[in-house]
Amino acid sequence: MNGADSMEFFIDYSRCIGCKACIQACEECDTHRGVSMIHLETIMRSDSVQTAPQICMHCEDPICAQVCPADAIKKTPDGIVQSSLKPRCIGCSNCVLACPFGVPKYKAEINQMMKCDMCYDRTSIGKRPMCATVCPSGALTFTTREDIERTRQGVAIREWQFGGEVVRTKVNVLVPRSVQKIDVSLEQIGRTTTDEYDVANLLLGD
Amino acid sequence: MPEERNKEKDECLECKKKDARWRQDFPVEWESDNYVTRREMVKFLALGSLTIAGANAVVAGLPHILKAAEMPRMKVGEISSIPVRGSKLFSYPTKADPCILVRQQNGELVAYSQVCTHLSCAVVHNEQENALFCPCHHGYFSVDEGRPFAGPPTRPLPRIKLEQQGNEIFAVGVEV
Repeated sequence: MNGADSMEFFIDYSRCIGCKACIQACEECDTHRGVSMIHLETIMRSDSVQTAPQICMHCEDPICAQVCPADAIKKTPDGIVQSSLKPRCIGCSNCVLACPFGVPKYKAEINQMMKCDMCYDRTSIGKRPMCATVCPSGALTFTTREDIERTRQGVAIREWQFGGEVVRTKVNVLVPRSVQKIDVSLEQIGRTTTDEYDVANLLLGD
Repeated sequence: MPEERNKEKDECLECKKKDARWRQDFPVEWESDNYVTRREMVKFLALGSLTIAGANAVVAGLPHILKAAEMPRMKVGEISSIPVRGSKLFSYPTKADPCILVRQQNGELVAYSQVCTHLSCAVVHNEQENALFCPCHHGYFSVDEGRPFAGPPTRPLPRIKLEQQGNEIFAVGVEV
């Protein structure tokens, strides 16, 4: 049995089969029972069945907490960025707009932001998060780094480049070995002619 | 003027830095947010003690303040209409407060609340025992002082202060 401290979360987007088991399991989590905190993104839906799960990446310097005007988002000593504190959250959605991964969800019915807290009731006592326990393809895995290095072809990294901002996360993603850092270039808002799935184009409409 | 503007601009940049002083009051880390300084603790204890002391003073002073409030003067009846060892029911100070007036053997008039201090049944005058009797649980109160002497009640009946003017009797207050 591995110690809880050596366990890490790994996302392998390419392994996702879109079964939505993680969404169902997430609803069972006791910290936010009945509400799923996972985003299951579709990639080029008209051409592909590829999906990608998105949980909170638990940034080392969480931008959601930095922009919170109500001081409602806190990071625990083990690096988990918690969901907003109910007595403090004012439902302004600053965090929803600021998160580069699009993780926080604003729940209008309770006027509060909720987000993945990596099943803190479970991971804080050495258990695996709900989504990682049910993922049949290993797209979401909670294990040791040694185990991942032994069993996967890719390499686990946790450094992202968003324009001029470098973001380091607690959660790892598996990428091809040639990749050192995930570089997300910022697109100029405006119509591009090359990529029909460009978000800017989608927002502008026809 | 440009110098001042530059100074303001520098200060503005300063407050945006990661180690800006205002950020210390709003830390992202859980343990820093929950950290209680000695000054905060002392302030909490001092203000808490003051609040409790103030609340105690209010609770202690409240009955005196209420007692000081003027009770109405209400006519109960006429002496001639009440026989010796007889009684009369009335309400004081409001219609929802039933009371009982007793004319004793020696002619003295006494009045009490009719609500039994045990479980709020209505007491009645028992001529044979010369007592106020509660039929619910057989509680007895003395007519002289309103004190319980038999049965479950432990507290005396509230006494109604009376005043006589000629033949007329007036209720003027309540002694708890």
